[in-house]
Amino acid sequence: MADGAIDVSGLVKTFGGLRALDGLELRVTTGEVHGFLGPNGSGKSTTIRVLLGLLRRDAGDARLLGGDPWHDAVALHRRLAYVPGDVNLWPTLSGGEAIDLLGRLRGGLDPVRRAELLERFELDPTKKGRAYSKGNRQKVALVAALASDAELLVLDEPTSGLDPLKEAVFQACIEETREHGRTVLLSSHILAEVEALCDRVTIIRAGRTVETGTLSELRHLTRTSISVETEQEPSDLARLPGIHDLHVEDRRARFDVDTVHLDETIRQLAACGVRSLTATPPTLEELFLRHYGDELG
Amino acid sequence: MSRLTGAGVLLRIALRRERVRIPVYLLLFTILVADTAAQSKSTYAAPGARAEYAATVSGNPGLIAMVGPPYAVTNVGGDVAWQLGGFGAAFVALMSMFIVGRHTRGEEQSGRSELIGAAPVARAAPLAAALLVVTGAQVLMGALVALTMLGLGRPSAGSLVLGASLTGVGLVFAGVAALGVQLSQTTSAASAIAGAALGGAYLLRAAGDVGDGTLSWLSPIGWGQKMRPFAGERWWPLALSLVAASALAGVAFALRARRDEGAGLIASRPGPATARGRLTTPLGLALRRQRGALLGWTVGLFVSGLSVGLTGRDAKALIGDSDQLGTILGSSGGDIVDQYFAVSMLAMALIGAGFGVQAALRMRGEETAHLESLLATALARRRWTGAYVAVAMGGTVIVLAANGLGAGLADAINSDDAGRLPRLLAAGLAPVPAVWVVIGAAVALFGLVPRAVVAAWGVLGACVLLTVLGPLLSLPGWVLDLSPFEHVPQLPGGDFSAAPLVWLCAVAAALTAVGMLAFGRRDLVP
Repeated sequence: MADGAIDVSGLVKTFGGLRALDGLELRVTTGEVHGFLGPNGSGKSTTIRVLLGLLRRDAGDARLLGGDPWHDAVALHRRLAYVPGDVNLWPTLSGGEAIDLLGRLRGGLDPVRRAELLERFELDPTKKGRAYSKGNRQKVALVAALASDAELLVLDEPTSGLDPLKEAVFQACIEETREHGRTVLLSSHILAEVEALCDRVTIIRAGRTVETGTLSELRHLTRTSISVETEQEPSDLARLPGIHDLHVEDRRARFDVDTVHLDETIRQLAACGVRSLTATPPTLEELFLRHYGDELG
Repeated sequence: MSRLTGAGVLLRIALRRERVRIPVYLLLFTILVADTAAQSKSTYAAPGARAEYAATVSGNPGLIAMVGPPYAVTNVGGDVAWQLGGFGAAFVALMSMFIVGRHTRGEEQSGRSELIGAAPVARAAPLAAALLVVTGAQVLMGALVALTMLGLGRPSAGSLVLGASLTGVGLVFAGVAALGVQLSQTTSAASAIAGAALGGAYLLRAAGDVGDGTLSWLSPIGWGQKMRPFAGERWWPLALSLVAASALAGVAFALRARRDEGAGLIASRPGPATARGRLTTPLGLALRRQRGALLGWTVGLFVSGLSVGLTGRDAKALIGDSDQLGTILGSSGGDIVDQYFAVSMLAMALIGAGFGVQAALRMRGEETAHLESLLATALARRRWTGAYVAVAMGGTVIVLAANGLGAGLADAINSDDAGRLPRLLAAGLAPVPAVWVVIGAAVALFGLVPRAVVAAWGVLGACVLLTVLGPLLSLPGWVLDLSPFEHVPQLPGGDFSAAPLVWLCAVAAALTAVGMLAFGRRDLVP
């Protein structure tokens, strides 16, 4: 893929005996906002650290903005901005100083945009690093990243400490970033945020990619919940392929259907005379739970 | 609910957390007391040596300013009391400050006290528990000092008064620390307030002891010394200490009752909203992070240099007929004053190397905290390590120059000969390449085995052992040669040769290069 902002295949990284990344695949096209999902410890941060040249890959290929993340680290870093999941500020530096430090080491930031972002996020830049709350530390890193003119934003759970108002500000900022044609890799646990922002998502588990695609493609791979009332009893439903968790009471039925079998299911229902029908597409949460649900049970 | 509800539980927690630290403090201090007494007894055993020593001490205002008024150094007990009245008092004051700070402001800063405060615990309980712990520790310390002196066969009245005088100083500074933690929002600022009070007390005492003694009565350390252990003991100055300690604690409790959790009376100052250009370079950041440490080490070694310079003229009388010191100084002949200076400057360099190791190990501290964000910018790893190496190595030059300058200034004033200043400045700087080797070893460890980087302190410790104990243990030459400090030319007075210094620089450069290359090739490790 020539125009890929990130192109990772077969990525392996081991720590001692632990295989943190085990053949991971990740492709992010230029200009898209890409959601990166996975439970704690699945390897999201490790992948990001490999992409930033902080860790060395043991096997596989990784290309970032057309370069090698390890060998071309410095040159690539001029073109990207990073927000770590756990923002650790210098206790004696003010937030404003930390923003300028990170911005200038990257090659400069736009002072107008910096001031505008400080206002939108309602961040006081004169407080010392040790005095900020978790959310405010994240705002410092976000302002530093968003005030740059980087082509690629790498965001590792950037909003876990933000209040809902600042979460909305963050989403607006990412929308603007997309409009400017920049690329975003967004690792997140906040599925509503990913649903609202991301063009495509990659779901990983135990260091492997289990699902990747647009949200509608992923929905297609999963089940739609149907609740229906028919004129005749929908007796043949159980024999149809792709029907799960079927509950029939008289002429009411509730079931999940594999989205690929939706069409024939609806035909069958129509033959029974549909009085009312509610179809609920799967939420990202259900997608997520389907892949990890067995861990719970 | 009483005003101290919960203090009992907090007291038990505090004792549990201090179960190693306080015993170590007490053990160290007891060893110090016993060792001072043993040294005093053996060093001046020869007839007349003690009288000569007493005359020297009494006639040296610099020493009196540094240590205290020599009331009765003619007897071993009085000598111990003299030597410990100032330095020992500072040690017990620091012990108080650490204990109080850790269990009050330290808990508030970490946020743990919020959990405690939400439980049925009175607002004053943490402070009360901390003061109980520190009082117990100081009383125990005084008792151990008294018992040690008694055990060494010193008179009982003097032994008891010496112990009590140190306990008194410790309690006053517990009160000072209790007040300091109410004033500031952070432990570091609270330590700075208490440290400034300790420094002020030491200076008042020094000025008073050199002058007519009036100013010493304004200093808690002076009150301890005025109890005159082994020199016509007086108990009543202890009342001054107890009253002051109680008053300070009372004010601290009153302030604690009025202030918010986590807040200080002195609001923390806001920082600048934008960074100045200097900060946003790797070197600027490394300097900014370490300027406090660099300043502290520089001042500390300057003052130590002054004390070396002030005592140099009297080296012969002070050293007496100590076999140990004679062995360390070597029997190569030559001017004993120059030898004393040379050994002292080397010892100071070994201490000053602590700055170098600390500065180099900061890299590891940064790696576990902030480095990820920095290296995700267009900052090359080599530039970042280069900045830290520059601060460690350049700072070493500053710290050791301050030491040589202090010694040179004091010696020049003492001997009324400005020409002596450059000699000691050169002697102070001569060990710089040896310290660079130790820093190089720290950088190499950082690059190769980041998780075991504290081994750099072991390298420095080995150098100290080889230099101090090597001659006493008659170790073979090749073992001694392992220490870079063994190759530093003996200055002042010895033959200067540049070749070993060039070699040391080359070794330091090689070790540093290995470390930087290895860091450039490895993962960041948490």
